[in-house]
Amino acid sequence: MLKIENLEVYYGGIHALKGITLEVPENKIVTLVGANGAGKSTTLRAISGLVSPSAGRITFKGEDITGKKTVDIVKGGITLIPEGRRIFANLTVLENLKMGAYARKDKEEIKKDMGKIFELFPRLKEREWQQAGTLSGGEQQMLAIGRALMSRPQLLMMDEPSLGLAPLLVKEVFNIIQDIYNQGMTILLIEQNAAAALQIADYGYVLETGRIVLEGPGKELADNDEVRRAYLGKA
Amino acid sequence: MTLETFLQNIANGISLGSLYALIAIGYTMVYGIIRLINFAHADLLMVASYAAFYGILVFALPWWVSFLLAIVITTILGISIEKIAYRPLRDAPRISALISAIGVSFLLENLGIVLLGARPKPFPRPEEVVWNIHLGGISFLSLAIIIPVITLVLLIAVNLIVNKTNVGIAMRAVSRDFETASLMAVDVNKVVVTTFAVGSGLAAVGGIMWSLQYPQIDPLMGVFPGLKCFIAAVMGGIGSVPGAMIGGFILGMGEVMLVGLMPELSGYRDAFAFVVLILILLFKPGGILGEHVVEKV
Repeated sequence: MLKIENLEVYYGGIHALKGITLEVPENKIVTLVGANGAGKSTTLRAISGLVSPSAGRITFKGEDITGKKTVDIVKGGITLIPEGRRIFANLTVLENLKMGAYARKDKEEIKKDMGKIFELFPRLKEREWQQAGTLSGGEQQMLAIGRALMSRPQLLMMDEPSLGLAPLLVKEVFNIIQDIYNQGMTILLIEQNAAAALQIADYGYVLETGRIVLEGPGKELADNDEVRRAYLGKA
Repeated sequence: MTLETFLQNIANGISLGSLYALIAIGYTMVYGIIRLINFAHADLLMVASYAAFYGILVFALPWWVSFLLAIVITTILGISIEKIAYRPLRDAPRISALISAIGVSFLLENLGIVLLGARPKPFPRPEEVVWNIHLGGISFLSLAIIIPVITLVLLIAVNLIVNKTNVGIAMRAVSRDFETASLMAVDVNKVVVTTFAVGSGLAAVGGIMWSLQYPQIDPLMGVFPGLKCFIAAVMGGIGSVPGAMIGGFILGMGEVMLVGLMPELSGYRDAFAFVVLILILLFKPGGILGEHVVEKV
């Protein structure tokens, strides 16, 4: 579905990505694992058009989207849930969800999707009229996911969805990701929590200072000695 | 002070407050969205007034056509200023855009002096708009009713746009976070242009009504009202639309009442605005309705 070939990005004078090639097949969860500064976020930001690559190609469903504007990429079906949730704290929960559907015109379907999201996250329904800034960290993450789903993405990219959440909530977030995946979504996931990410991922890539050093099916990577030592904290 | 003069002062205060409120909204909306104090906003009053002036007196257009044209021209100018002077600097340090805004302001003022002449011109008062109303023992200009009514309608409209429409939600979202808004497929440039259009349109209406109320125009006529309205916006809490409205009314009413109650202080009329500003900021540094901003590290 999504293909990246030899992607290179310079980011504030740093050669952040030094030729990355990866693929996200339809209806799969693919995860990028790696230390801070390995280039995981930059990869997602490049796909979304927030940073422009200096070389390489990004194709989505056979169409070259390299260098396209963010707005068009989102309209084309790729939605990014940015790191740190980035909900609009000054808007109500409902308004945040409406923003997710900003580009859509099908009012009836938007209503239906809104219903589905409230079904998935009953907590958000209770807090519909509350300012999003007053939500707890976990609720904000739910809102960020709900908001992204409102755009009806074909590919959902998540940047550290479990960051800063209590262990119980981390588990819940992973359950939700699994749920969304089971409903037929294609997901590209970045996680510090490499163990959990590799557990649910069909395929994984390990990034190190802008290069892919290892790739393979999720379970295989989770069992790989090198990965275990470097990212899973196990000998 | 007799009851008549008191009522007279109230009416004047409401009119002046309305004008301040209309113009202050432009400052506050633009600041809210791109964190820029648009100094050129004040000069839009002048442009609108001159456009209406030339429309009526030189091109002999009906007054309402002139007024509408003036609003359109001013709105286009406001949008163009954003495109030419602010957009290229959007990622630059904030001070650069601020200096650019001051530059645009000086440019407009001096272009006005060169092209239109520095000498003040009498602004026409169409009979259909400005007439005397006699009510009981007092008489007043129709403007005392027209200005507040038009202002009220426009303020309600702005509030509806900002709070109820999708564009309004997008405006507030963009004001919080450009990048995430664009991840929601919001075209940030379009939203910024809409904001400037609304602000400039209101400034044009404010400018025309200002010139009807004080019918003498010159190329620097926007400077002082602009400064006052900026103060009104800061007083109300810059970035907050209802705040700008409240700030505008407090300032307008206060100014008129100061002069009315203590005529010997009328020379300090303009200083009043600054004193009130200082007092409010001493107790509420964010302004009356200002957000309490916590900078996250």
